[in-house]
Amino acid sequence: MRRDNEFTDPTSGPTTNPQTAVVSRTGQLARESRESKVRPDPGAHGAAVTLEDVSITFGEHVAVRNVTLEMPACQVTALVGPSGCGKTSVLRAINRLHDHTGGTVRGTVRLGDVDVYGTDVQPEVLRSRIGMVFQRANPFPTMSIFDNVISGLRFNGVRNKRLLRQMGVAALHNAALWDIVKDRLNQPAHRLSGGQQQRLCIARALAVEPEVLLMDEPCSALDPVATAKIEDLIRHLSSEVTIALVTHNMFQAARVSDNVAVFLLGEDRVGELVEVGPTARVFDTPDDARTKAYVTGHVG
Amino acid sequence: MSTIPNVQVGAAGTGPEIGLVEELQRRRALVRDSARRSIRRRRITGRAMQVICLIAVPIGVAPLVALVLATVSKGAGALSAGFLLHAPTPPGVPGGGISTAIVGSGEIVAIAIALAVPVGLFVALFLFERPGTIAAAIRFSADVLSGVPSIIIGIFTYAVFVERFHHFSNLAAGFALGVLMLPIMVRANEEAMRTVSVDLWEAGVSLGARRSRVARSVVLRGALPGVVSGNLLAVARGVGETAPLLFTVASPTFAMTLLIFNDATEPFPDAQRTAWGTALVLLVLVLILSVVARMVAWILNRKAR
Repeated sequence: MRRDNEFTDPTSGPTTNPQTAVVSRTGQLARESRESKVRPDPGAHGAAVTLEDVSITFGEHVAVRNVTLEMPACQVTALVGPSGCGKTSVLRAINRLHDHTGGTVRGTVRLGDVDVYGTDVQPEVLRSRIGMVFQRANPFPTMSIFDNVISGLRFNGVRNKRLLRQMGVAALHNAALWDIVKDRLNQPAHRLSGGQQQRLCIARALAVEPEVLLMDEPCSALDPVATAKIEDLIRHLSSEVTIALVTHNMFQAARVSDNVAVFLLGEDRVGELVEVGPTARVFDTPDDARTKAYVTGHVG
Repeated sequence: MSTIPNVQVGAAGTGPEIGLVEELQRRRALVRDSARRSIRRRRITGRAMQVICLIAVPIGVAPLVALVLATVSKGAGALSAGFLLHAPTPPGVPGGGISTAIVGSGEIVAIAIALAVPVGLFVALFLFERPGTIAAAIRFSADVLSGVPSIIIGIFTYAVFVERFHHFSNLAAGFALGVLMLPIMVRANEEAMRTVSVDLWEAGVSLGARRSRVARSVVLRGALPGVVSGNLLAVARGVGETAPLLFTVASPTFAMTLLIFNDATEPFPDAQRTAWGTALVLLVLVLILSVVARMVAWILNRKAR
């Protein structure tokens, strides 16, 4: 099987994803557009994320520096590399989470053509365009399953009950969770399994209809079956959302991403972007010797 | 507000493909519009909350600041080396101090600590190691006990100790304070033990250690910062108590809080000055206890890292 090959040989990364098993119109659409290399118009259909010369510091400590990277619209860009090399910091710079944690972001981050750190940008409105999913599923413990899903809409001022209902249901469908939770929408979210909770968090992010979805090792706490479901979902969603995926798992990057950005620690223990490009290219014929050592499992 | 048809973008077989993209754009525009339109209201609400917090902070801090200022301004004049070292004199006789009250309070608190700290520790260990109905009952009674007015603890001690032995004593007072501090210590200790992660407990047990050994080397050691600071804070609480001493101490000159109560209600200016001076000394002692509690916790925590 192709999938098994990937598992044993990460260097033969796929150009087209073979395992989008869920057949649906959008899945079809995604595959076709992927195969024919025709992308929907980014302005109308999702937004590219561009980082130019971005450095992130925490006090004296430089976490990552001089990252220049484009995440094309409606593609999955995987950020891979060893722990502590700044992948997550880069991810959190995109939705300005460092505003609240004392990190300083230098350089330019753009969402579409909007400067994320521009003076006229309202962070709240910006963040409604960028969903985020965290390493550990973090549904709000005091809310029911359905209230979790529509919480983002409520935060953004949507009050129309019918609309909340419709959009929440749609988000649950999009997160492939509807059939599981449709009969227990009012139960507390923590009764779901770990993988289901993570999908609930994805549904919660999707309900706000983001153009970009940031995913910070979304599968690291999940078993292979739950992981496969999330990966299916990622492939599926990338037809309408730009996805930035931080992962430790080379095979996961090979399975789901269109592009890979490889981060490594520089000689002075500062994270750097060493190589970025289409997944197959980076895994088959890396330009950088360090990338090659890392992706073939010799280092890291 | 416009409504949208219930089309699931990811669901199979819904709608024509062109429609999907338009549908998606409509949804996005809808949420974005809502976010933008409501941002003004949300910002105003946020600002209003901030303003309320800013107003609440000085209101909350003001009584404390006023209390400290009043005590310092009225009590500082009475302070001197003699004030701390000399025994009290009758009203009108100059050169009196509060040494007996300081020593007495020290004795009472020492007795209370000797009684309450070990009991508090072992009760907390029991609660931690043997969860169940009995533990729940003990926890509940500790909560009830910590809510019992201190005057009731005082009259109880009077009945049990003073009346029976026909004798006021610092021992009885120490017992009363110990009873007062015990539930606070039990709960603080148990909270501290709960911060030690179950993983560590399991790691200890699976190395073949006896439970008692794990309790000592892993649970108690890990909880030590919280235990020490929790107990010190309970002591700081007890030092300032007056009601339990009313019934138990032989003379108001044998405890600082009683001395304050006694002298402040006397008509002589000298006595009132002594009361304020004693109040200042007590305040400083309690402050020192609290600071030491925090410092011990901080130092032990840092060591653990």
